[in-house]
Amino acid sequence: MRGVITPANETELAAVVAGAARDKTPLAIVGGGTRSGLGRPVQAAATLSTAALTGVTLYEPTELVISARAGTPLKQVEALLADNRQRLAFEPMDHRGIYGAPKLEPTVGGVAAANVSGPRRILAGAARDSLIGVRAVTGAGVAVKSGGRVMKNVTGYDLVKALAGSHGTLGVLSEVTFKVQPVPETEATLAITGLSDNQAVAAMSAALGSPFSVTGAAHSPADESEPARTYLRLDGFAASVTYRAAQLRALLSDFGPADILESRTSASLWLTILDIDGLSAPLSTPIWRVSVKPSDGPAIAATARAAFTARILYDWGGGLLWIAGGEGDDAGAEVIRAAVRAVGGHATLVRAPDTVRNAVEVFQPLPAPVMDVTRKLKAVFDPAGILNPGRMYAGI
Amino acid sequence: MTAIVLPSPDRRLLAGRDDIVAGLAGIVGGRHVIASAEERRAYETDGFSCYHAVPLAVVLPATTEEVAAVLQYLAERKIKVVARGAGTSLSGGAIPTEDAVVVGLARMNRILAIDYENRTARVEAGVTNINITNAVAPRGFFYAPDPSSQLACTIAGNIAMNSGGAHCLKYGVTTNNVLAVRLVLIDGTVVDLGGDALDAPGYDLLGLVVGSEGQLGIVTEATVRILRAAEGARPMLMGFDSAEAAGGCVAAIIASGIIPVAMEYMDRPAIRACEAFAHAGYPLDVEAMLIIEVEGSRAEIEDLLARITAIADRFQPRVIRVSKSEAETAAIWKGRKAAFGAVGQIAEAYFCMDGVIPTGRLPEVLTTVADICARHHVRVANVFHAGDGNLHPLIMYDPNNPAEFAAAEEAGADILKLCVAVGGCLTGEHGVGMEKRDLMPYQFSAQDLALQMAVKSALDPDWLLNPAKVFPLEGRPVAAGA
Repeated sequence: MRGVITPANETELAAVVAGAARDKTPLAIVGGGTRSGLGRPVQAAATLSTAALTGVTLYEPTELVISARAGTPLKQVEALLADNRQRLAFEPMDHRGIYGAPKLEPTVGGVAAANVSGPRRILAGAARDSLIGVRAVTGAGVAVKSGGRVMKNVTGYDLVKALAGSHGTLGVLSEVTFKVQPVPETEATLAITGLSDNQAVAAMSAALGSPFSVTGAAHSPADESEPARTYLRLDGFAASVTYRAAQLRALLSDFGPADILESRTSASLWLTILDIDGLSAPLSTPIWRVSVKPSDGPAIAATARAAFTARILYDWGGGLLWIAGGEGDDAGAEVIRAAVRAVGGHATLVRAPDTVRNAVEVFQPLPAPVMDVTRKLKAVFDPAGILNPGRMYAGI
Repeated sequence: MTAIVLPSPDRRLLAGRDDIVAGLAGIVGGRHVIASAEERRAYETDGFSCYHAVPLAVVLPATTEEVAAVLQYLAERKIKVVARGAGTSLSGGAIPTEDAVVVGLARMNRILAIDYENRTARVEAGVTNINITNAVAPRGFFYAPDPSSQLACTIAGNIAMNSGGAHCLKYGVTTNNVLAVRLVLIDGTVVDLGGDALDAPGYDLLGLVVGSEGQLGIVTEATVRILRAAEGARPMLMGFDSAEAAGGCVAAIIASGIIPVAMEYMDRPAIRACEAFAHAGYPLDVEAMLIIEVEGSRAEIEDLLARITAIADRFQPRVIRVSKSEAETAAIWKGRKAAFGAVGQIAEAYFCMDGVIPTGRLPEVLTTVADICARHHVRVANVFHAGDGNLHPLIMYDPNNPAEFAAAEEAGADILKLCVAVGGCLTGEHGVGMEKRDLMPYQFSAQDLALQMAVKSALDPDWLLNPAKVFPLEGRPVAAGA
């Protein structure tokens, strides 16, 4: 097997994987390829693409559910949902900006496989929370399903969760089913200027601990050209958004006056936060994604700034830090990982040259007993070790 | 489902009970091992009380370390283990076998830490669901999943079954609200899965463990998200002449872009039973009733209820009534949450089904459910979560009438097969347990089940954890009886 294999349906997909398992041929698994820089570089004899597995297979707007074959372009699903004033609740990030891949198309399977979730994760859950069903081909070439198309389902083990975020190392997704949500009538964003990182996290915690259903809480620290800005998003019916914006502004008055960004301005602002536009250039700068509890965010940022030139964006109320920077052969891994270890949490080296991602762990190393369970799960799904070998960890 | 088989016990283990009790007492202290026949009997069943088996022994550890030592001890001797929270399972999830040791988490019921700044609570797994909310309510917070049994059920059991509740339409089920667990594997290894952050590195092992019905390990601690409660909430009642009208109303509300915090459905028999029990002021002359609750400030609530009323008007409701007081709200919910007890007043016993269907198939499924129950000559009352299609047909029977018991079981099985046939599933929130074990092949292919069982084998090679549940006894990769 050489080059790119593009099965036309799940049966062909299963046959290809079964053949590769027999021959012990490692396969690189790709959807749209827009996230191929995310993870350890994979050494594979052939590439298996889901690009030909396309099409929405089920959409019931009044049941809030959509199913599509894994290679379906995300934009096709999002457009169909938008036609019905619905959307994916978890607001998937588009990685093309940070990887400089504008011509590629993200797929719904890729979104599920990488568990890609955006600012709304704080209220609406991650991709793994919206993903209610999958069909997949295991590393043994066996087509299986888990979950289904109904909102609640606890029948059997939740292998959907195992596959979500497994980066193609447990199975090749062939179809995904998401629950979806209505697009609210309008949105607005409160913007507070000039807060320190600690003040910003305190403000965001107060907002997220309020009854006002904040759907986005991000902070952009000051740099040479711009003051710090802290953003809090609300959405819903217009009168409700107006009411909650006023309440929230009053609640946060100790942090300073808040501007209110109206619907269109708010929506375009959150797209830049979602895709971390401000950190994407230059493409040669490493990008770290650090996930901690919100109150630990500022300490991580301070450590990074002390060690190297770092541009930072906080999301998830301070619990998600995007750090552009990181020097040396390890892109700052030693510094970042030590800081994360000290507080609990994890750091992912989202962008770095292949040489760096070969040399340092991309994903946070796991404690030995968790790694042991991880290896056992990998062996169940992919006994020959042929699916995206080494993408997440050595041997995983 | 008919005649669920309880595997015959290993006589050698039964004969060695005294040694096993002594061994366990050496770990947790003699006071915390239950050995006498009469005291063990308290652990013979759960909320699925038509089946029972008195366990070999019951052990009540107080710490994760004790749980680890107990599991290591039992695993070395290949003794089966059934973890137990409060024993409220409606699917037999906590029913032991005669040769199994029950590990009860009742003593591990402390709330360890509450972090309002980061909106999490860390608890021991034996804490009750309601006690998490009670602990954070003074600050206006709550723990979202709210099973009907929330006064008694434990977070351990909620995690095992991935429990839901009436309000999960908006807030999600257990798996969406748990950030971390401390899990003891069968060999005594302790693993921490997830963390304080909103995601964790590596595979989503936490997501795999939630809903695994105590078959992959025993959860001893959990970190859960706590949420700030809305400023207020208010329910409304609507009565309709037909299931079609009520179902159409539910679909139209969702299509309008409103996701109420709860949408509950009751049919005529359920309404009558609940009204007689709770005096909630339910309309008695309608075929279907919806309880719809919305949240927010007073103005937001009034706006949402007005929008919902306008939608409902298209479906010729016989009754529309918005709660006007705290007392009325409490009464409306009391009736619904008491549904299981209320049906218990009009029948000697009942099975509570838990199938899920695509909500668009609601009217035809309700018609077929009625046909199925008529064919088997059993009475049925329907209560369910309309927003997500999670049905709870309550099939009534006389436990002293073996023929009627068998007919009720057959009707239940037919209803669950119907749920799967229309695109739904066997269980939405109660779990497979013992009850639905033998129906799994209706929902899953042999390959699907083989993969799930391989996951089980990888973490519990001898299939000691929660035996005789989830998977049919035939076709297991281990000897029958596991």
